Amino acid sequence: MSDGWSGRGGGDARLPGRSGEVIDRTSPLEFTWNGRAVSGYAGDTIVSALAAGGCRVFSRSMKYHRPRGILTADYWDPNTLVQVGPEPNVRAGHRLLTAGMAVSAQNAWPSLRWDAKALTALGGRALSAGFYYKTFMRPRWLWPAYERVLARFAPGGVIDPGDAPRRHDKRYAHPDVVVAGGGPAGLAAAAAAARAGSRVLLVEHEHTPGGHLRWGDHDERALAAGLIDEAHAAGVEILTDATVCGRWEDNWLSIVERGGGGGPERLTKARAKVLIVAAGLIERPYVFAGNDRPGVMLSQGVRRLLNLWAVRPGTRAVVLSANEAGDTAAGDLDAAGAEVELVDARVGRTVTAAAGPRSGVERVVLSDGTRLEADLLVTAVGWTAPTSLLNMAGVRPIYDPSAARFFPSSPGSSPGSSPAEEGTVLSAGGLAGDGSLDELVAHGEATGRLGAARAATLAHRLQVATAWAAPVQAPEPPFPPDERAPLGRDPHPELYRSSTDGMVDLSEDVSSRDLRNAAAEGFDSVELVKRWTTATMGSAQGKLETVDVVATLAEATGSTIAEVGTTTWRPPYAPVTLAALAGRMFEPVRISSLHDLHVAAGMTPIGAGQWIRPDHYGDAEAEVRNVRANVGIIDVSPLGKLDVQGPDAPELLSLLYVNKWRRLAVGSVRYGVMCAEDGVILDDGVTGRLGEDHYLMSTTSSGAGAIEVWIQNWLQTEHPDWRVRVTPVTDAYTSVNVAGPRSRALLRRLVDDVDLDPDAFEYMQVRRGTVAGVAGCVMWRIGFTGELSYELHVPAGHGPHVWEALLVAGADLGVAPFGLEAQRIMRLEKGHFIVGQDTDALTKAPTAGLEWLIKLDKEDFTGRPELQWALEGEPGAGGPPELPRLVAVQPTDPGYVPPEACQIVACELGGSERIIGRITSSRFSPTLERSICLAQVEAEHAGAGTELTIVDVTGRRHTAVVMAHHAHFDPEGERLRV
Amino acid sequence: MLLVPCPHCGPRNSADLTLVGEIGPRPDPSATAPEEWRAYLYEEHNPAGWTRETWHCRTGCGRFFVTERHRAENRFRHQPLGAAASGEPAGSP
Repeated sequence: MSDGWSGRGGGDARLPGRSGEVIDRTSPLEFTWNGRAVSGYAGDTIVSALAAGGCRVFSRSMKYHRPRGILTADYWDPNTLVQVGPEPNVRAGHRLLTAGMAVSAQNAWPSLRWDAKALTALGGRALSAGFYYKTFMRPRWLWPAYERVLARFAPGGVIDPGDAPRRHDKRYAHPDVVVAGGGPAGLAAAAAAARAGSRVLLVEHEHTPGGHLRWGDHDERALAAGLIDEAHAAGVEILTDATVCGRWEDNWLSIVERGGGGGPERLTKARAKVLIVAAGLIERPYVFAGNDRPGVMLSQGVRRLLNLWAVRPGTRAVVLSANEAGDTAAGDLDAAGAEVELVDARVGRTVTAAAGPRSGVERVVLSDGTRLEADLLVTAVGWTAPTSLLNMAGVRPIYDPSAARFFPSSPGSSPGSSPAEEGTVLSAGGLAGDGSLDELVAHGEATGRLGAARAATLAHRLQVATAWAAPVQAPEPPFPPDERAPLGRDPHPELYRSSTDGMVDLSEDVSSRDLRNAAAEGFDSVELVKRWTTATMGSAQGKLETVDVVATLAEATGSTIAEVGTTTWRPPYAPVTLAALAGRMFEPVRISSLHDLHVAAGMTPIGAGQWIRPDHYGDAEAEVRNVRANVGIIDVSPLGKLDVQGPDAPELLSLLYVNKWRRLAVGSVRYGVMCAEDGVILDDGVTGRLGEDHYLMSTTSSGAGAIEVWIQNWLQTEHPDWRVRVTPVTDAYTSVNVAGPRSRALLRRLVDDVDLDPDAFEYMQVRRGTVAGVAGCVMWRIGFTGELSYELHVPAGHGPHVWEALLVAGADLGVAPFGLEAQRIMRLEKGHFIVGQDTDALTKAPTAGLEWLIKLDKEDFTGRPELQWALEGEPGAGGPPELPRLVAVQPTDPGYVPPEACQIVACELGGSERIIGRITSSRFSPTLERSICLAQVEAEHAGAGTELTIVDVTGRRHTAVVMAHHAHFDPEGERLRV
Repeated sequence: MLLVPCPHCGPRNSADLTLVGEIGPRPDPSATAPEEWRAYLYEEHNPAGWTRETWHCRTGCGRFFVTERHRAENRFRHQPLGAAASGEPAGSP
């Protein structure tokens, strides 16, 4: 005897061939269960194959480690989660068998039969609700120790970090109608809607549509086949093994396709005009002593095993039946050769206990004291309406005691105006009421027609929603009214708990006694009980047990089920793997026209926002030395570029920048800083005046998109009267900075129509001309690196030509490309700050030493009031707080480069330390052969010569000194003015 | 995800637009007092009811427009085209 195999009634539980079975007996599949070789057939689930071989115990329960078996034989089966190879928590009642699957039990050690943790069952009382909360709360310092021990008892499978990564996918869909649920009503609704002209997406939870008809009789199966054919013929797109997991505003739906198990999953985000919820009904377990024993099953689980997979789960069955489903299950068992005893709950008989050996059922005790020998106890005591998606649309579930279940509230009965009331979320079939199969199909068809008509009306509204649509003279067509014949409600006895206590939540091991104790401790609201006991929070997520929880609590608090109400149903309806959520990214990657040349030159790339840029071409420090000694070229295409034209361009520039622009001469460029309305530095860059009414503005690479929006906001909402147009041209130009003492000599070889003489083309001037035969280039002479340099903006299509021409023409001058890292070193040597690196969301302009730039004699510019108060306000109580300062810092040890974001501390009186700032940028300077930094520190520590203490992540202290200038190198800027 | 009715593009996913904020007059920057200016910068009334707000149709037409939204029920009320075209102040940054 091995794990999970029952000796009694063991051997083969597979029946001879049955009409309607979904297994292919000509395709046997070999697999392993806890290492032992087993076989099944194509079409089997893991559960049906194991059950066919006589397996009854599939897992140990979460808290008490009680042996557990099959309850529902479907996706929601709470105790048949297994490990399949590297994949944990596989739902064995749903996952189809494949050849070679290595299946093993979870939550059992060392084996299913001999479980060491079952010792906890002896202390079952001690593990009542709240046990962990109460016991391991104190002392708090012991929690890490508790946690290590408790983690061994945590349920669930094991993730294999060595498992090969799998790529999952995403999809966006825009169907007119989405139907959630492919049973008879859902199929009929989908086909009817499609025939009426809608694009329809049908989402079926199981591997095959058909719902409960699939395990029905010949006529029912024929009906299902016909409905599926009709849906296909009408053009319905059917997703199987898929679930509508959530519904948000305006019918935004998330749909996960599980890919048949093990395959790639796909998350579809669908914007539906109408959602039809046809989720059917879920059978509810019954609460009594021993109701969690292997061998206690729900009627639908028994019928699935018998009729889909030809597996007879027992030979002597007791069927507790309160409805037709139970009677049918009894009939199916009888026809399959089992001895059946029907206990009719409609005449007041019921079950009080299932008992027997540790891992199964041997006898059943009835309420009148009768004891029946049995190896299978089947219950059919009622249904839960999975109203989840409707609730997400604002529909409240309302309890009807005469039908013993919740129903979606009818439109207009709940306060507020939910979209469901506006009629774009409809329910069809068993969720909405009871009826014959014909009535359910008719209800589905009527719902499909209504959904299609409403979707068409919404499509019309969308067509005329824009101002540019042709004016509609006719009155808007009326919203199609709901004229469906409502479904009835069959009377059903209220059966939740017997006179004994049993398990209410089989996923989380919460008993009816636990719930009563919770109520006695004062947790009298269902939302509190749920959180305290974790009932409905396990793998079944309330699908099976939620109404039993409500009923048990109502009984304990002396109230009614309607008064207690249900817990809130939240997305996702079915679990979604993190991999499916991660899925495929739709973020674009941007590269410059020179990208291939950089790759050929052996660049090491770095991601900068959406851009992929060369970080270096092998040796960043060598690139720095070459720029300082000879000449280098760098691709700065990501630099934001905006073409500004119109007579009011100076007005716009004056508004955006803190400095003045009205007197900028044609042919000149100027540096500017933009602040937000709160005075915080937003962006910086240079803008050149190309012509009388024509400017070219540059922004930081990372700020390019946001600044364009910022400018549009001002132009569209505050100054629509200004005659100025702003066009983003970042991608229209390939931008190359030519830097180094030999840059002029290099350009002279490629430029004929611009006088490059230092007196004719001065520092901070702009020229337009021809470079390497390419006309229409913009050149400005600026110096981010601190060297003589020219920034060339070349029409993008000619970028590679100009880049190669520069390299060829300057070979004897020592020209070489340099990357982002070399540029960052050189700008730090020069003390130029980078917005977002050396400044943050609180850095106002004076912090960066920009007082000289800010012109308060301008009437208006963005952020002006805050900057005025910061600069002119009286410090002290009620005045502006003293702002931190950006300073250049050099560590005393020239070889020590403090990591960026290191804290700077100061000693207080009494010996304690206080954080007074941080390192914002740091590099080793190959030019100065020492470490250099920029830092933000409090103003009183910002004076030149102040000694600072830097703390690194290990806690070590390093001394450093504040410098007199931001620039560590060439503070007078003589090199760039040559 | 909410559908936002851009008057130029029609209803679009809210992820395609940016909510700029409730609209309010921008104080005269050369004459304002700190209290008034900071109320303009930071204070949203955020009523559990109808409010006028500016949206930016970021991935669509690129326009800023004013609409009315019920912030408790997440519903929009149609606004005539061009409500933002003249004299409407910018939202907070």
